[in-house]
Amino acid sequence: MKGWMLHHRQAAAQALRRLAGTPLNTLLGALVLGIALALPAAGEMVLANFQRLAQRIAAAPQISVFMALDAAKKDVADVESRLRKHPQTREVRVVPREETLKRLKDSEGLGEVLESLPRNPFPDAFVVLPGDESPAALEAMREEFAGYPRVEHVQLDSAWVKKLDALLRLSRLAIVLLAAVLGVALVAVTFNTIRLQILTQQEEIEVSRLLGATDGFVRRPFLYFGALQGLAGGLVAWLAVLGATFLLRGPVAELAGLYGIDFTLHILPLADSTLLFGLAALLGWMGAWLSLTRHLSK
Amino acid sequence: MIRFDQVSKRYPGGIAALTGLTFAVESGEMIVLSGHSGAGKSTLLKLIPAIERPTDGAVIVNGQNVSALKRAAVPYLRRNLGMVFQDQKLLHDRSVFDNVMLPLAIAGVAVRDAGRRVRAALDKVGLLDREKAMPVALSGGEQQRLAIARAVVARPAILIADEPTAHLDDATAADIAAMFHAFNQVGVTVLVATHHEALFAPYMTRRIVLSHGRLLA
Ligand SMILES: Nc1ncnc2c1ncn2[C@@H]1O[C@H](COP(=O)(O)OP(=O)(O)OP(=O)(O)O)[C@@H](O)[C@H]1O
Ligand SMILES: [Mg+2]
Repeated sequence: MKGWMLHHRQAAAQALRRLAGTPLNTLLGALVLGIALALPAAGEMVLANFQRLAQRIAAAPQISVFMALDAAKKDVADVESRLRKHPQTREVRVVPREETLKRLKDSEGLGEVLESLPRNPFPDAFVVLPGDESPAALEAMREEFAGYPRVEHVQLDSAWVKKLDALLRLSRLAIVLLAAVLGVALVAVTFNTIRLQILTQQEEIEVSRLLGATDGFVRRPFLYFGALQGLAGGLVAWLAVLGATFLLRGPVAELAGLYGIDFTLHILPLADSTLLFGLAALLGWMGAWLSLTRHLSK
Repeated sequence: MIRFDQVSKRYPGGIAALTGLTFAVESGEMIVLSGHSGAGKSTLLKLIPAIERPTDGAVIVNGQNVSALKRAAVPYLRRNLGMVFQDQKLLHDRSVFDNVMLPLAIAGVAVRDAGRRVRAALDKVGLLDREKAMPVALSGGEQQRLAIARAVVARPAILIADEPTAHLDDATAADIAAMFHAFNQVGVTVLVATHHEALFAPYMTRRIVLSHGRLLA
């Protein structure tokens, strides 16, 4: 057991010595692997942030009911009372057309445009919070409300959430596929690095075997080398994504502010960072393992 | 300690290097193996650490049938044998110290302990002051002594040497022969293949002579 630990320590130390012995190669290798890994890692960072944003915005589904532009006050009051009496509405908020006009006039940029219009372009509207949030119930309500007199349009605000959700799922799948492709590239790069190493260490391998080295003893330093190089690549990728996050944080906050959202770009979540490092090391190890199995003579 | 039982070795291509060898080496002996070039001395020595396998017969080392040993068990056999190769097989990108350290690293000897043992082995062959040198910086005799230090550092019970005095002048070769005698004196069983028979004659307990792969004496 002690001998086993010693062997692993020695193999890791030897792998580190080989990495440190050729600093330029090590750096280039780490950069190649790092750039490959940075793509899916950056995608994951963006996606994680989008998910946070989506969750915050779409806390509860809403139904927006818009009246016709020329609807009379009486019609509006009639629809309001019907909405309030409806057994499946939890809350009904009235949004009078004058209020909408005023709010948008106050906001930057649009004021002058609206001033120049001959009449108020906005209809009276209601925002309904449903008691039952199941998609079927929402859909039934949408149809029912649309049938009320003088109602022009009913919008289900959960529809875009669903669409966004589908989009996020698709993006996640794209990132996983991208990671898989680049993971194969990482394995291939390590495979080749280790092949070259085996060639240059041919003599040492032969002599070690003559002196009683097991396969494990011969292979271990290469496996550690592969894993460490993968890990270095993971670190480069992580740092690149970290740098990008900080660079984008200001502009993204500004953009979000234009939509009235208070949003800070977060760095790659801990779970994803751990996954990145773990996968990078594992793939490097695998590349080395395959190369050893293929190139080490028996 | 070592027993050959009707051992034959035929290399691919049909060359019969050894034919029907039967002999035994007892613990504590110092055997000199001689014979013309191509007689099969190196082949015989390579059968003991299972570098080559016999085509026929059995090679028994410490009660273990080496000729039928599983691949995975071979390293453990080799760790109990000290070997000086005809072509030395030193690692030229490692210092004298690190060359001698290699068998101990392979055996998993703790580093501090190992350092002490490497210096003791270098001391025995008179290379203690050259531990930081690279092998290319050593003379032929010094390289040979380095190979011997590496063979004995793990304190094997059996020491096998293939032409340890090749290309050396008589005085240096005599030093090396005396060195093997010293190891034999402390209980190591020694097997030396050599053309310098006369130098080893005063120390040997027995002589094995090969001719065209057959035992002469
Ligand atoms: N790997 C090999 N493949 C084929 N034939 C070989 C191989 N090794 C040795 N032989 C042949 O086997 C025979 C014995 O060779 P070996 O090296 O054992 O002789 P030796 O007694 O050690 O000679 P020397 O004194 O020159 O070292 C020779 O005919 C040689 O050509
Ligand atoms: Mg020979």
